[in-house]
Amino acid sequence: MTDTVRPITRSRSILPARDLAQIAIFAALIAALGLAGPLNIGPVPITLQSLGVMFAGAILGPRKGTLAVLLFLVLTAVGLPLLAGARGGIGVFTVSPAAGYLYGWLLGAFITGYLTARLLPKYPFWLALGATILGGIVAVYLVGIPVMALNLGLPLWTTLGLNVAFIPGDLIKVVLTVLVAGQVHKAYPGLIARPLGRQHP
Amino acid sequence: MSLIHFEQVGQSFGDRTVLHDVNLTLTEHRIGIVGANGSGKSTLVRMINGLVTPTSGAVTVDGQNVARHAREVRRKVGFIFTNPDNQIVMPTVQEDVAFTLRRRGLSAAEIAERTAAALEQFGLSEHAEHPAHRLSGGQKQLLALAAVLVAEPATIVADEPTTLLDARNARRISELLQTLPQQIIVVTHHLHLVEEFDRVIVIEEGAVVADGAPAESLAAYRALLQ
Amino acid sequence: MIGLYSPGTSLIHRAPTLFKLLLLSLCVLLIGTSSDPRIVGGAAAGVVLLFLIARVPPRAAVAQIAPILLILLVAVPIQGLLSGWTVAALMAGRLIVAVALAALFTMTTTVTAVLEAFQTLLRPFNRFIDADRVGLLVALTIRCIPLVSDIVREVLEARTARGTQGSLLSIAVPVVVRSLYAADALGEALIARGLDD
Repeated sequence: MTDTVRPITRSRSILPARDLAQIAIFAALIAALGLAGPLNIGPVPITLQSLGVMFAGAILGPRKGTLAVLLFLVLTAVGLPLLAGARGGIGVFTVSPAAGYLYGWLLGAFITGYLTARLLPKYPFWLALGATILGGIVAVYLVGIPVMALNLGLPLWTTLGLNVAFIPGDLIKVVLTVLVAGQVHKAYPGLIARPLGRQHP
Repeated sequence: MSLIHFEQVGQSFGDRTVLHDVNLTLTEHRIGIVGANGSGKSTLVRMINGLVTPTSGAVTVDGQNVARHAREVRRKVGFIFTNPDNQIVMPTVQEDVAFTLRRRGLSAAEIAERTAAALEQFGLSEHAEHPAHRLSGGQKQLLALAAVLVAEPATIVADEPTTLLDARNARRISELLQTLPQQIIVVTHHLHLVEEFDRVIVIEEGAVVADGAPAESLAAYRALLQ
Repeated sequence: MIGLYSPGTSLIHRAPTLFKLLLLSLCVLLIGTSSDPRIVGGAAAGVVLLFLIARVPPRAAVAQIAPILLILLVAVPIQGLLSGWTVAALMAGRLIVAVALAALFTMTTTVTAVLEAFQTLLRPFNRFIDADRVGLLVALTIRCIPLVSDIVREVLEARTARGTQGSLLSIAVPVVVRSLYAADALGEALIARGLDD
């Protein structure tokens, strides 16, 4: 890496070039993590793709983070095999049992980002953990489970039962996300614009 | 050829001063800028096309203030970065060159024609349809040059264009830069690249410390390094 | 980027993308709301016929449909016990038919064509979304995937070179930070190359 000069003149567009680049890079990161295949931690297989989604919210914030996830989903929808297991196409967004999780990712990235923006610049560990669980797990399942129940014609609670096995892995990802985001926000402040009315000196 | 003018230019990021009181008028065909890492030379050349706006003073290109006329200036001034990987923005070689020509009111046929000509000039025609990331490091820097020159700029600014290349590719890119008809401003640590230039400027701790013919400037720079 | 597209010249390959998309939506809607075994059975036969016309490689087709079968392996017995085997079979049939149809669309339509169709569908909303910018962002992201994959690979290699396994954190932090630096550099390049001019 050569010395990059950080402050860039703001362009006229709603999304400045640097934001645009961050959105594209994180969408690509979600894809790259899916292509990398699952990682085993003890007996728990961890699909890294949803880790990328949590990163997007916790590191880029609600606006850029949600857009990065949306962009990744668009790439998948147009037929690029970027979902873990080399899946893609419009089928995974409509009739597939797991379709709801993809929309849940959008909501999850937004909620994680929205809450993270309010926790910065201090980013206390336990509150951040709560925020990321709310966005990265609760919000995702909130959309994912009903759609799966609908697409499979199963009762809600039965569907929930089928998914409990994934929760330990998700919790590991949440902890990792909070630890990474904490370090990144310290090393690289200003990634998430602070909500209005809470400007610090 | 453009007339580039720095007037009392200063730049600080927070409480760190990067440049102070720089006054320069650049009119020569080939200008080299040398200096230690962190001397402020990268920031200096980024001001020429508005990638960095000075915190004090002004930079003008042909009389236009860069801060206010960034768009017009960028059409005149092309920029080559150190890492060719980071300046490729489109998936294939051909699309990447064509990206430069968007929003210029050109027809699709004109864009295709000029893109093909630029690829031909840099020996990249056979790679036109290939993914840009599969090119070698040297080819990527050639692609960057093609993508800048396709817009026919009057001036090219290059920030350490050979630093990340192997010796052979570095020589190839330097030779190419030496023979371009455009005005060229090169920041480099490869001193031999600027030995034949018209003017060499030495930057040290945010200020111009030597400015003149390459022989004298480079001698002054070597003395600084002792 | 060829993606899941499988090249061919069949009638289905050549049909206009928006038409295929419309037809797909109608069929999925019809099958999804039907509880008549004859309609689902007929649709299944129709889908098989379409696959034969399109002549997509069977292996590629199976790869797209197989993940659903795995899920059904769990879901069908549960549903059979809960609400009867007829309902379970119908649900499984509907799902396989719909997934297969969607897979057929994806396998017979190029990424560029689908993207153009999406952009066309976005045009009426031009006031809110710039369709060209969406296309640009998609292309930019496709270019970024190898860039980020290289970063991930280099960080993993550096870890192996040091001979330490290291924690997940010691992989994730450098990956994210280096990605952010790459984004900065890319943003600069976009400005220099006239993104917003």
